[in-house]
Amino acid sequence: MSEPDHGLYYLRGIPVPETPLPDKNLQPWGKTEVIGEPLPRVDAYERVSGSAVYPSDIILPNMLYAAIVGCPHPHATVQSVDTSAAEKMPGVRAIITGSSPESDLSWIYSNDMKTKLFDHNCRFEGEAVAAVAADSIYRAWDAVRAIKVTYTILPFVTDELKALAADSQAIHTGGNKVKTEKYSRGDVEKGFAEADLVLEDTYRSECELHTPAELHGCVAQWNGDRLTIWQSTQGVYSIQARVAEIMGLPLSKVRVIGHYMGGGFGSKLQADKFTIIAAVLAKKAACPVKLFLTREETLLAAGNRPPASMRLKAGVKLDGTLTALDFSCTATGGAYPVGGTNFIDWLVKDLYLCPNVRTETTDVYINAGPARPFRAPGHPQGSWALEQMLDSLAEKIGMDPVELRLQNIPSHSQARPGNPPYTTTGLRECLIEGAKAFGWREARSQTAKTKDSGHLRRGVGMASALWVAGGGGPPSTVIVKLFSDGSVSLNMGASDIGTGTKTIMAMVISEELGVKPGVIQIEHADTGTTQYATPSGGSKTVPTESPAVRTAAVHVKQQLFALAAEDLKTDVSSLTLRADAVVSQKDPDRQIKIKDISGLKKRGVVVGFGYRGPNPEGKVVNPFAAQFCEVEVNIKSGEVTILRFLGAHDSGRVMNRLTFDCQVFGGITMGIGFGMTEARILDHNQTGKMVNRNWHDYKIPTAMDVPADMVALPIEPDDREANTTGAKGLGEPVTIPTAAAIANAVYNAVGVRITGTPINPLQLCNALAVLRKEG
Amino acid sequence: MSDENDEKGCQCGKGVTRRQFLTSIGVGGIAVAASGSLGEQREASAAVIKSGETIKVSLNINGKTHRLLVEPRWSLLYVLREELGLTGTKVGCERGECGACTVLINDVPRYACMTLAVEAEGTEITTLEGLMHGEKLGAVQQAFLEHDALQCGYCTPGQIMAVEGLLRKTSDPLLDEIRHGVSGNLCRCGAYANIFKAAKRAGELKRGGGGS
Repeated sequence: MSEPDHGLYYLRGIPVPETPLPDKNLQPWGKTEVIGEPLPRVDAYERVSGSAVYPSDIILPNMLYAAIVGCPHPHATVQSVDTSAAEKMPGVRAIITGSSPESDLSWIYSNDMKTKLFDHNCRFEGEAVAAVAADSIYRAWDAVRAIKVTYTILPFVTDELKALAADSQAIHTGGNKVKTEKYSRGDVEKGFAEADLVLEDTYRSECELHTPAELHGCVAQWNGDRLTIWQSTQGVYSIQARVAEIMGLPLSKVRVIGHYMGGGFGSKLQADKFTIIAAVLAKKAACPVKLFLTREETLLAAGNRPPASMRLKAGVKLDGTLTALDFSCTATGGAYPVGGTNFIDWLVKDLYLCPNVRTETTDVYINAGPARPFRAPGHPQGSWALEQMLDSLAEKIGMDPVELRLQNIPSHSQARPGNPPYTTTGLRECLIEGAKAFGWREARSQTAKTKDSGHLRRGVGMASALWVAGGGGPPSTVIVKLFSDGSVSLNMGASDIGTGTKTIMAMVISEELGVKPGVIQIEHADTGTTQYATPSGGSKTVPTESPAVRTAAVHVKQQLFALAAEDLKTDVSSLTLRADAVVSQKDPDRQIKIKDISGLKKRGVVVGFGYRGPNPEGKVVNPFAAQFCEVEVNIKSGEVTILRFLGAHDSGRVMNRLTFDCQVFGGITMGIGFGMTEARILDHNQTGKMVNRNWHDYKIPTAMDVPADMVALPIEPDDREANTTGAKGLGEPVTIPTAAAIANAVYNAVGVRITGTPINPLQLCNALAVLRKEG
Repeated sequence: MSDENDEKGCQCGKGVTRRQFLTSIGVGGIAVAASGSLGEQREASAAVIKSGETIKVSLNINGKTHRLLVEPRWSLLYVLREELGLTGTKVGCERGECGACTVLINDVPRYACMTLAVEAEGTEITTLEGLMHGEKLGAVQQAFLEHDALQCGYCTPGQIMAVEGLLRKTSDPLLDEIRHGVSGNLCRCGAYANIFKAAKRAGELKRGGGGS
């Protein structure tokens, strides 16, 4: 089995350089002054005033607008593309198709699966067939509609459970199976024999779509042979690498800028086909081109969380000891090999102490848009099965669900070779402190009392989680500059995808250099001007970048002290920073304001470099979580109202309490969508097309669907080994246990277990009707 | 079901038959074309405009009058963003589902993607930029900043405009009214809980309590 921390999805397919080791090992912080405070975002003004320029806001002189001809069939081959009418239309400036010499480029779905940019084999609805640039978006779409494409329509398969049937249409030569992966430890049969109780059930989680607020897209501009791309992205360097590779350009001639971006959730980690298409159109038309997908196109072809059909068998002793877990799953990453089953069995293998575990996962092809990493890939799906099973086991052995979990807390990672220990395991505290803050016992006994009264039934449920990554790690390089007046700038390649990265880095500098976060200028996410960074994904941006930023700030401080020591004629080691002055600790009268330091005045600027050091050898840095919720189920209508939610999260040191809370609430909200409202619907029987390709029919949570009563409870174990800031990842663990916690609360309320997402009124009414018949 | 059956069956309310209903819709459509696309001074006979042809409109945006040439099919959203560079108004779905493009038209929140630029003539349009007092944030903007009522910030302008519209109608809204007020504005980052707090705070700021 491969070590999961290497080759993680957010680094897949991109070259990742090494950075030098930091020159000094810093000690972890003790008590902090700035870190952990609730500080409004340093870029909040730009975001609320409208002055922030997102990639979709870019307007360049002489800019054209582009649109893509998408294949309307789930499976077809392109016979011909007739652009003659479109070419004559007013305002149309460039058209490219599969037979244009400019677009004779390859596209990389994975290292061993390449196609043409406009391939004649269309294996999913929405696959790009041709593209147009015109002087307005309206005219571009006029031209798209005038392009006549002749297709040979092929049989399709969109139901992954039928994809491996002998009579199913093969999507690739070699059949529809991508791979089967097996894992085993201990002896599962022996484990079941030792159990006092064995339960088995099947679970299904539907396909979830990322659908971030800002559409996927970019603006591409050529200056001679230099290409500049403004893209809504989580990682500018990954785009630069892919574009340079496909277009055969030196890296230095591809500049990618992504200062602001309107959400990605894993769907904007890498270059897109549209990035290349925009660049090719811009070259052909000799004008900058703006190409943003429509909402429908993003729903069809810009990634998803794969649907999964899971089976889980579990054995437990009456004292709550788990004896065996046996898990199997079929899932699909769509029409290309992009990891449909990635990490889906991870929680089964690693969340709870269990000596005997077996898993088998099968990834298959279907004629649908390729999956992309989606906020904690595989984990919410696996959690949906595992955490409902734990709830069932607890009930059957008469144990509180929290207590059952407390019986099985791991101190080391069982799924990794050599069983390395975690630097910290906050799972126990998440469960205990979370249950306490939520009022778990009281709420649980209260709901038991009100079981049979009226048509509104209350229930409480919980689930816990870990996230396979979230420790961050090299590479990262950042630069901190101190100006002669004591103000500071930070140069960092990482993107702030809405998680507050910029604000947290400003707070790290403030902690070390005393300067207020508001006067720190941050230059980021630009391959032309900022340092190398991996894409912001995997909940690793803060634990990766913050130690590098701290190192750079300390590097500045060391140089500043050396300069001050010359003026103060004292020993460097005795100096410290107090507000805007360097002070001798031995003799507090010896002090000098930063702006008066003569060496700094002479040099004008002091530059500090920071590199991200390695993670601790032989240890695992993972975040842990437990979430609790209370629901009210209307047994007449099948409606579920979520009354309150509490998320207890061990993500290491809380860096900014305000953005910490916002992340927890956001993760819970997205988990509510996964559990209760969201499902891609494909017309398996007749057309193979997606039925709910818009935000009206594909329902994400609205302000009406979430509780106002949400609490984020930080569990902060003193993790002195993880890295020099003590931060662990937060963005992904916050959404992993949510859906299962809701399902468990619904079960607690009405006694029906909904094993397939989403828990909507239709499903719940059907299940309640069955219960009434049986009851 | 045939039309005949429809007409017989429809004895309801004001007794409008399906045929009459369709006719009235038709008349309504023409009325919009005459007053909206063309302006009152134009001849009804000029109603047909070819694709790609432009007409003059005058739009009152944030208290300033903009005179420009637009294609009749251009949405207000397209004109605000791509013609006037007022990119505080965002584009999310272009079919009236997400509210990223919410602006105020005569103080009422409206989706700019579902409003033709020509329709908006003669109204007072307020965009996010119009809530600023020079360089200073307006009350709702300030409240969103303080309560971290955003993550990526892309739906935020629309949320702010929805709250602004709500507060212009209801100065001290209840939680339920706030929920309804922003229920047409999707936030994929899931900042709703903080948006509710920010809306409450914005009401206080506007009423002069404890803020600027």
